[in-house]
Amino acid sequence: MAEKILMKGNEAIAISAIRNGVDGYFGYPITPQSEVMETLMKEKPWETTGMVVLQAESELSSINMVYGGASCGKKVMTSSSSPGISLMCEGISYIAGAELPCVIVDVMRGGPGLGTIQPSQSDYSQAVKGGGHGDYHCIVIAPASAQDMYDFVDWGFELAFKYRNPVIILADGIIGQLMEKVELHPMKPRRTEEEVLRDAPWATLGKPAGRERNVITSLSLDANTQENFNRKLKAKYDDIRENEVKFSEYLTEDAEYLFVAFGCSSRICEAAVDILREEGIKAGLIRPITLFPFPEKEISRLAGQVKSIMSIELNLGQMVEDVRLAANGQCPVGFYGRQGGNIYTPEEIVEEFRKFNNLK
Amino acid sequence: MEISDMIKPENLVYGKPALLTDNVMHYCPGCSHGTVHKLIAEVIEDMGIQDKTIGISPVGCSVFAYNYIDIDWQEAAHGRAPALATATKRLCPDKYVFTYQGDGDLASIGTAEIIHACSRGENIVVIFINNGIYGMTGGQMAPTTLLGMKTSTTPYGRDAKLNGFPLKITEMLAALDGTAYISRQSVHTAAAARKAKNAIRKGFEYSSKGVGLSFIEIVSTCNSGWKLSPVEANKWMVEHMFAKYPVGDIKDVLK
Repeated sequence: MAEKILMKGNEAIAISAIRNGVDGYFGYPITPQSEVMETLMKEKPWETTGMVVLQAESELSSINMVYGGASCGKKVMTSSSSPGISLMCEGISYIAGAELPCVIVDVMRGGPGLGTIQPSQSDYSQAVKGGGHGDYHCIVIAPASAQDMYDFVDWGFELAFKYRNPVIILADGIIGQLMEKVELHPMKPRRTEEEVLRDAPWATLGKPAGRERNVITSLSLDANTQENFNRKLKAKYDDIRENEVKFSEYLTEDAEYLFVAFGCSSRICEAAVDILREEGIKAGLIRPITLFPFPEKEISRLAGQVKSIMSIELNLGQMVEDVRLAANGQCPVGFYGRQGGNIYTPEEIVEEFRKFNNLK
Repeated sequence: MEISDMIKPENLVYGKPALLTDNVMHYCPGCSHGTVHKLIAEVIEDMGIQDKTIGISPVGCSVFAYNYIDIDWQEAAHGRAPALATATKRLCPDKYVFTYQGDGDLASIGTAEIIHACSRGENIVVIFINNGIYGMTGGQMAPTTLLGMKTSTTPYGRDAKLNGFPLKITEMLAALDGTAYISRQSVHTAAAARKAKNAIRKGFEYSSKGVGLSFIEIVSTCNSGWKLSPVEANKWMVEHMFAKYPVGDIKDVLK
């Protein structure tokens, strides 16, 4: 039987990194995710798996350490929270432009500015739409439990290497701090240099005689070269949209009303659906697990089935824009959110649902 | 005697290092970058470490360093090269890792990255080109621009009250416990280039000894930015730059 351990979502990220053969973690302390680096430092993986763990002088530096490590074809990651991710956006743009694999964990807190240290989902747009400069996308996956935090590290690296693209695990303060049982999977060893070169022949690990030098860069001064590169990225993103969409559904088969919610909000919405079902109202829920790519086809299909859709988010209404695009006028699309670290109860969501749908 | 009679291996007194590619350099005639590139290529070739060396190029004139030296390269964001080098060396401790950075990149936008890479004692080599000006963007003031020096953003000369003082970052870094070898050199004469090459070689050798960071500043010319001929630029550098940035070894923990 697989081992189950009670741990915080943030701790699950750290333990998963060690157990899944991650080569390096580079971070900078920020609430509410400091347990990631603290756990790694306590576990001392450099003595067991050989994993490098380093506290950088800033988020600017930690993301650029990730850039350097990823340039060597290594499995490298960082974690931070909203203000820290803003600082990293320069580096993320370069990583996307250089087409490098890495995993970035964002345990969101409220903003803008220094904001609050309480949970929030107000960086959906930053993560999903870009954040840094230039036309690029990160693959964005949204955990809703400590188990997801554990599982998404490995899945994140799988996607990152498959597409040579940065992956953001978009969590929030609740998921980061929540203590739950986590099932540990068998250890994966770190890859040898030969295995790294097999997976990443582009890696800068020193140029042996007989091969062209490997250069990791995001620079091309020629307009046509850059445009061709942008089109290549577009083709990659289309490929990701086609093949990697992941979502879960709860009671949508016969649903007349639909909620859309990701991360911690999806768990609260599930309880709201249960209340409405007990009252005989056929509500259902779709939880996008990948935020980029967004499950637009499935939401579009459900929009043709239900009377209305509500997007429930811990922000002022960000994902709702993508829900509206997917629904494309087939049904009314509403929004309810809380901000500043305040969290809705299932009852509160039910009440807002009634208001929006003019139901007594 | 025809010239073709003289082109024989026994008459060869100078050769281009094999690691210097045939790409036409974009540097202006008279610029120091080309010479420093050649010295680095020679050191890597002499040490036989082409297959173990990873260079990190900056943003600035030398952004395209990866076109000229035939090794694996990473092209960093402006000022961040020491962060990339840190991770590369820590993840691949048996490799030789160096950054190549100008004064704007290293001493202005990248001060945090260089100071902390030095403070942590990363076992990397840093080649710092100090020509007191932003070359690629067209000759703006750099942190190392001398007082009174005219640039496109100090058209009346650098004024300490308005623009602050020139930054002697190399001396600052020498004060940090994590640095092992700190030297300031130049490449304006054959003798100076030989000394600079020795310093670069020492830096590469130290980086595999686990003693800390090696930092070699090359006081350089930017004759286009300085609006001087190559010969006049060399003369101006000796007269003015060396007064503020004297050449020689500053720190050597193994001495």
